[in-house]
Amino acid sequence: MSDITKQTLSELVNNIKEKKLSSSEITQAFVDRSEKSKELNTYITEDFSNALEKAKKFDDNPKLDLKLPGIPMAVKDLFCTANVRTTAGSKILNNFVPTYESTVTQNIWNEGAILIGKLNCDEFAMGSSNETSFFGNVQNPIDKNLVPGGSSGGSSSAVAAQLTPITIGTDTGGSIRQPASFTGTVGLKPTYGSCSRYGIVAFASSLDQAGPMAQNVQDCALLQEVISSYDQKDSTSIDFKRNQYSKELTKDIKGKKIGIPKEYRVDGMPKEIDDLWQKGIEYAKDCGAEIIDISLPYTNYALPTYYIVAPAEASSNLARYDGVKYGFRADGENLIDMYEKTRSEGFGAEVQRRIMIGTYVLSSGYYDAYYLKAQKVRKLIKNDFDEAYKKVDAILTPSTPSSAFKIGEKTNDPVSMYLNDIFTVPVNLAGLPGISIPAGHDSKGYPLGLQIIGKAFDEQNILNIAYAMEEKINFKNKITDWWIK
Amino acid sequence: MSKEKSEYLINRNDNQYEVVIGLEVHAQVLSQSKLFSTSATKFGAEPNTQVSLVDAAFPGMLPVINEFCVKQAIKTGIGLKAKINKRSVFDRKNYFYADLPQGYQISQFKNPIVGEGKVILDMPDGQKEVGIERLHLEQDAGKSIHDLDPKNTFVDLNRSGVALMEIVSKPDLRSPEEVNAYIKKLRSIMRYLGTCDGNMQEGSLRADVNVSVRKKGTKDFGTRCEIKNVNSIKFMQMAIEYEANRQVDLIEDGQSIDQETRLFDTKKNETRSMRSKEDAHDYRYFPDPDLLPLEVSDEFINQLQSEIPELPDEKKKRFIDQFKLTPYEANIMVSDIETSNYFEDVVKKSDVKLATNWIIGELFAALNEKNLEITDSPISAGNLSKLINLIKDGTISGKIAKTVFEQMMEGDKDPKKIVEEKGLKQESDPQALEALIDKVIDSNRDKATEYKSGKVKLFGFFVGQVMKVSGGKANPQLVNEILKKKL
Repeated sequence: MSDITKQTLSELVNNIKEKKLSSSEITQAFVDRSEKSKELNTYITEDFSNALEKAKKFDDNPKLDLKLPGIPMAVKDLFCTANVRTTAGSKILNNFVPTYESTVTQNIWNEGAILIGKLNCDEFAMGSSNETSFFGNVQNPIDKNLVPGGSSGGSSSAVAAQLTPITIGTDTGGSIRQPASFTGTVGLKPTYGSCSRYGIVAFASSLDQAGPMAQNVQDCALLQEVISSYDQKDSTSIDFKRNQYSKELTKDIKGKKIGIPKEYRVDGMPKEIDDLWQKGIEYAKDCGAEIIDISLPYTNYALPTYYIVAPAEASSNLARYDGVKYGFRADGENLIDMYEKTRSEGFGAEVQRRIMIGTYVLSSGYYDAYYLKAQKVRKLIKNDFDEAYKKVDAILTPSTPSSAFKIGEKTNDPVSMYLNDIFTVPVNLAGLPGISIPAGHDSKGYPLGLQIIGKAFDEQNILNIAYAMEEKINFKNKITDWWIK
Repeated sequence: MSKEKSEYLINRNDNQYEVVIGLEVHAQVLSQSKLFSTSATKFGAEPNTQVSLVDAAFPGMLPVINEFCVKQAIKTGIGLKAKINKRSVFDRKNYFYADLPQGYQISQFKNPIVGEGKVILDMPDGQKEVGIERLHLEQDAGKSIHDLDPKNTFVDLNRSGVALMEIVSKPDLRSPEEVNAYIKKLRSIMRYLGTCDGNMQEGSLRADVNVSVRKKGTKDFGTRCEIKNVNSIKFMQMAIEYEANRQVDLIEDGQSIDQETRLFDTKKNETRSMRSKEDAHDYRYFPDPDLLPLEVSDEFINQLQSEIPELPDEKKKRFIDQFKLTPYEANIMVSDIETSNYFEDVVKKSDVKLATNWIIGELFAALNEKNLEITDSPISAGNLSKLINLIKDGTISGKIAKTVFEQMMEGDKDPKKIVEEKGLKQESDPQALEALIDKVIDSNRDKATEYKSGKVKLFGFFVGQVMKVSGGKANPQLVNEILKKKL
């Protein structure tokens, strides 16, 4: 089989189970394609030879009843992986090799998957274009010099370019859904508390969630089934009944009520996005869903709220990177000097910007005006959704206000960069699940995504809606392998 | 409640000042593992051998609350007759230091687990109530060691993450003596509860001391200074005296007092400015997003309430009622749980009055001399009660008992055996005593004659001789009686 890497996860799993393909063959295929794709700069750390060894071991003693038997997989470099360098895209962790494994990745290996490498991302997941990574830009396989989105830009690029059959990202304000949208792939941000945060380098603890990224909804559902688990090591993990998302997946969404929030029709939104949204509404109707107009009145406040809460938590979460215990250390005259030099040299500009914003909004005298108020608004945003969900089962919106932009286009305009998260951020603030599915192309031929937002713990429902719509949309990604010489 | 006499007053020129003191006591929770990790908490372990990935703040590590520590805090709250808050919140207190791996301390700022309570002090001039403002749970930091190397600082994280209870008093204390009584009472309550071992040498109990002065009779508080991290009662008292006098001197000199944090230099016996209010850290407290608010049910609290043992105040009342101890004696007996247990064990099988005297007198003196705690007493409660019974039934005299007691202090020997082995049993047989006395009179004929002719002072001489001849074992009362007859 020459086009192993073109196969979906389900196809690969079937081929392994039916012994048509070995793990070694599959792993070799993805390693080979990854080797040829260095120009995309998706990997921070490759673990190819170990992966091939593990694949061989798997083939010697195959466990075919596992959910991801012998499937190679690269993961975002925000997940701590035992004995494999974990950088969070930062110089400050450039030399950091954990002795421990994140719960989410452990769940994946427990189902038979094999790590092939660590994927590039914005530094500490702070960014919407993967341009803040210490390890450089990631190319979007859609077009040269196009950003793959962020912060899970290495992940979206790797899946779209078929360097890994599936992957995982993390989503604090849209970091799975926006890159999925920019690369024509599927990305799910689960309900807060669905996937353990243990072993994931923290950005903003009350918003961070790991989630699956895949070529299609089916694969996404299977990976979600694997990674979601109750974990006592994470105090915010929630013990709820988890579905067998892939097994329970159905296209029958007849009678489902889908809400269209009027506040998401923002000023200056390109017509292409509005048209896509309208098309999405038609697809949903075609699937038998009922469309209902709804209002989420506090939507306008979501972005400023997010850019207070997230930096506040980040400023504290990143305090541990001080050069004392692990990671990068710059020499200094004394302790304070060492701190200042280490953190000035170790963190990039965007991370420093957010640490400063966060420190500011938590400062005595400003706390009430910023952080406390933001927390109150956050509650109102959640109430908006609670009210809406009395009337509807899910909400349909565009994933992003634009398609992928050029590398360097927004680097000097942080606010315009932040605006990219406008449709995704409210979902994180409310702790809800949201999925982005590719739904069309803009005039440049770049993919555009639609987002389906669900009730808390109702991943199955939005996966079903996405699954049904996916069939109607019948999206085909236009990837030319331009980077392969 | 008399307040006046336990006050500490400072007279300068024509002004009289009183000192106002509030304490923030840091009490280490007695627990096998840390507040948010499973690392051990044993004192004195090799540096950095009790450190988990969570304690060292590795990337992606998350705190998980230790339920036992929560129970310990609530029990302590109950012991302080305080309000238990069913919902409390853990906050992050952000600051950078080499021995603070997370870059923040997890503490409770706005919503502590325990609210207002009180502690009753027994002062020589009566009882005094000290208000408790709050008790909250927090992590301890690690230890920076500056003196091992001329250029580098070493960090030991064994203590990083150990659970502390910060117990904040109201500014109700008025003298070093009251501070002494307060710390001892707190310690006693927590040791009764088993929530803190109160070991000040090992740092299990230390305090920040807030001191201000004001002219006697005025109502407004003066500007306070906080003396950080004082780890013995004696130092607290010394620091307060120094600090109060320093403040009075400033006022008398027409200067104002800066609100600041100060350090107590134990070698020079003075407090020194550490940082002023302007330099105070902005800790940027905010609720720790890694931890959900801590919610406890009535059921949970009631269960803990049912596990609370009899506490010093109640025990004191019972000792007075049941054993007719004086308040002074009762205070001593209940001052710590081990003493009260010992006392109760002794009086189970022997006379209360004698037991009280022997414990407060001989035993405490002997233990003090050997620098031993009552738990290390060479004399078990059982053997002490045997000794008391030997006195009570006349087998030995009080004087002989002291000899036996001394022997017992050398090792836990049964007093009956000592009496038998050494032949110390008191001679109370009148016939044997008569024979003995006859012999003494016989060999001192001349003195007997003198006595009879009116030199009654010689009676003591004869008693002495009889006791000497008997090796101290003669029953003194009988000797007196028989001698009187015979002479």
